[in-house]
Amino acid sequence: MAQITLIEAVTQALAYEMAHDESVVVLGEDVGVNGGVFRATQGLQEKFGELRVLDTPLDETTIAGVTVGLAAQGMKPVAEAQFEGFIYPMMEQIACHAARLRNRTRGRITVPAVWRAPWGGGIRAPEHHSEANEHLFTNIPGLRVVMPSSPARAYGLLLAAIRDPDPVMFFEPKRIYRQYKEEVPDDGEALPLDVCFVLRDGTDVTIVTWGAQVKEALEAADELAAEGISAEVIDVATLTPLDFDTIAESVQKTGRCVIVHEAPKTAGFGAEIAARIAEECLYDLLAPVERVTGFDTHIPLFRLEMKYLPSTERVVEAAKRTLANS
Amino acid sequence: MSIAAKFEIEYLQYLDAEGKQVRDDLPEFANDLNHMVELYKLMLSTRVFDAKSVALQRTGKLGTYASCLGHEAAHVGIGSAMKPEDVFAPSYREYGAQLYRGVQPREVYMYWGGDERGNDYQKEPARHDFAWSVPIATQCLHAAGSALAFKIRNEKRVAVCTIGDGGSSKGDFYGAINIAGAQNLPLVAVIVNNQWAISVPRKIQSGAPTLAQKGIAAGLYCIQVDGNDIIAVRKAMGDALDRARNGEGGSVLELVTYRLSDHTTADDARRYRGEQEVKDAWAKEPMKRLRNWLVAKGVWDDAKEEAWKNECDEWMDNEVNAYLETKTQPVTAMFDYTFAEVPADLAKQRDLALQLDKKAH
Ligand SMILES: Cc1ncc(C[n+]2csc(CCOP(=O)(O)OP(=O)(O)O)c2C)c(N)n1
Repeated sequence: MAQITLIEAVTQALAYEMAHDESVVVLGEDVGVNGGVFRATQGLQEKFGELRVLDTPLDETTIAGVTVGLAAQGMKPVAEAQFEGFIYPMMEQIACHAARLRNRTRGRITVPAVWRAPWGGGIRAPEHHSEANEHLFTNIPGLRVVMPSSPARAYGLLLAAIRDPDPVMFFEPKRIYRQYKEEVPDDGEALPLDVCFVLRDGTDVTIVTWGAQVKEALEAADELAAEGISAEVIDVATLTPLDFDTIAESVQKTGRCVIVHEAPKTAGFGAEIAARIAEECLYDLLAPVERVTGFDTHIPLFRLEMKYLPSTERVVEAAKRTLANS
Repeated sequence: MSIAAKFEIEYLQYLDAEGKQVRDDLPEFANDLNHMVELYKLMLSTRVFDAKSVALQRTGKLGTYASCLGHEAAHVGIGSAMKPEDVFAPSYREYGAQLYRGVQPREVYMYWGGDERGNDYQKEPARHDFAWSVPIATQCLHAAGSALAFKIRNEKRVAVCTIGDGGSSKGDFYGAINIAGAQNLPLVAVIVNNQWAISVPRKIQSGAPTLAQKGIAAGLYCIQVDGNDIIAVRKAMGDALDRARNGEGGSVLELVTYRLSDHTTADDARRYRGEQEVKDAWAKEPMKRLRNWLVAKGVWDDAKEEAWKNECDEWMDNEVNAYLETKTQPVTAMFDYTFAEVPADLAKQRDLALQLDKKAH
C-alpha cells in the first residue's frame, strides 16, 4: 500500500468521492489544470472534466455563493479557498446562508457543502497566507469546523465532511501538508465527525490541540515521558460541534490540562475549551488550565514566524507548570 | 483609432401609462385575453394582499413588512413567464411572483410574523424555490450556483434572481452575472429598478445611464423594460427564459418601475422624496394601464373589478385567520434545524431550553 502525505490524502479522498458520487463537484481558483496551488486537486479535472472540477472567476464571494446555490440544488460542492487569509469575503455567504438555510426553511433547503482552505503558518508565506482563524467560524451555529492532523485523518475526515448533510469548514494545516507519509488505504472509509481522537494515553496531564500543533503536542509528550511525566494527547479534529465529553473524561483523570493552538489567544477556541473545563471540571482540576497559543498579533512575516508559533518547548514548560502548581 | 466594442440598450414597452398600445406587434400571449385577465387578477390580489399586510403590521400582528406597492406588473410578469421547474431566488418583496408560483399568503404573513415555517413553502413549484434573502444581492449567487447545477446535470431549467437598483451595486450581483457569462449559465438576473434603495436614489447607485448595461460587461444579453407594463415584462422575461433554456446564455433585465410605498413599514419615505415625484409615479402605476387596456378590449369592467376585489378580500381574510391561528413552534424548534441531527453537545442546550420553558409556564 502506498505511503502518502496529507495533501495527497486530500486528493485521494476527493478522487474517491467524485468517482463514487456524481453530485460531488470541486470548484475554486486554479483547481483545474493547475490542480490547485498546493496540488490538492491534481489530476481531478483530467479525470472528471471541466464542469465537475471548475475553475471559477477570481472572486471568493462568487465561489462561496455559487457553492450555496449548487448545494441547495442537491449537488455536493467542495469549494477551495486558495488560502485561509482570503476566506473573509466568503464569510457572508457561509454565515448568512450556508449555515442557516436549513434552519430558515425548516429543513426544506439544505447545504451539504464543504469549504476547504489551506490553514495556518509555518511555510514562510507572504502576508495573508498564514492565517489561523478557525475561531471565527466556531461561533457560527449550523457549521461544522473540522481540522485534520495526519494523512489518515485528512482522508477519513474529508470523506465524512463531503458526506455530511450540513456545511463543513475543512481547514488543512498546510505546514504538515508534506511533512511525513503514512499508509492510507483508499477504501472510502470515513472517520467519524464530532468526536475527538485520543492519540496517546496518559495520566498526569491532558494536552488538547488540533491541526498542525498535534505535532508539537506529541513531541512534547515524548519529552515529558523522558522525564517520567505521562501526558494524554487529544486531537480535537471537529472543533464544532465539540465533543467535550472526551476532553472532560481525560481532565477528570489527569486533573491537568494544556490547550495548544496557533490562533491568537484572546477569544481563540482554546478559551472556549478552558471555559468549559472551568464550568464542568473545576473540582477535578489540580492546577490552573494552561494555554499555549499564538500571540494577539498579526502573524509576522517569516523572519519572526517561528517565534509566533507555539513551540514544543512552550508546551513542555506549560505541562510542567501544571505539575509544579499542584 | 478603431473601436473595440460598442453597445446599445433596447427599451421595451407595449402599453403607455393610459393603457394605449404603443406598438402593434403584441406578443402572442397578449392576444389571449383570458390569460391577460388572469394576470390582472393576480396583480389585483397582490395589491390586496399587500394592503392587508401593512394593516396587519400597523395593528401589531406582523413584524416589519416590506411592501410591493407599484411592483405588481414586474413581479407577476416574472412569475408568469417562468416554468414550474425553474428556480426563483427572490429578495424580499416579490410576492406577485411568489404567489404565482404557489407561495401562500399565510406563509408570507408567518415569515414577517416571526415564524420560520413561513419559508417552508408547502406548494409546488414554490416548494423548490429559495426563501427570500435579506442580505442584499447574495441570492444572485445562489441562482448562479443553481444554474451551474442545471448545466452540470444537463437539465433544461433556468434560475431567476431578482435584485433592486441598490442591490445591483453589490459585487455579488456582478459575481453572479460574471460567472453566468463565463460559463454560459441559464441565469436570468432581473433588476427591479424602483428608483430608491431606502433613501438613496438611483443616480447615487451608478453613473451608468442604464442598469441593464451592467450585464454587457459580463457578456450577457441585456434589455431595459417598462416595469409597469406587464406585457413588456412578460415578453422580455419569456424571451430571456427561452434563450437560457436553449443554451444561449443568461440575461440581465432592468425593469423600470417605482416603489409607491415606504421601503418597509419601519420607513417613512416622506423624509427623503417629494410629493410631486410620488404623484407623477402614481400616474404611471401598473394596474391602471392594464385595466384600461382590458376595459377597452371589452373583457373587464367595474362590476368584475368589484367582484374580484371582494373575492380577494375574502381570500386574504382566510389567509390571515390561518396565520393567526398557527400555534407558535415549541422551544425545541430552534434546535431541530441547526443541523440534520442535533449534535450531543447541542442536545444538552436543548434540554436546558426545555427546562427553562417548563419553569416559565
Ligand atoms: C448587505 C446588506 N446591506 C444593507 C442592508 C439593509 N437594507 C435593506 S433593504 C436596503 C435597500 C435595498 O434597496 P434596493 O436594492 O434598491 O431594493 P428595494 O428595497 O428598493 O427593492 C438596505 C440598504 C441589507 N439588507 N443587506
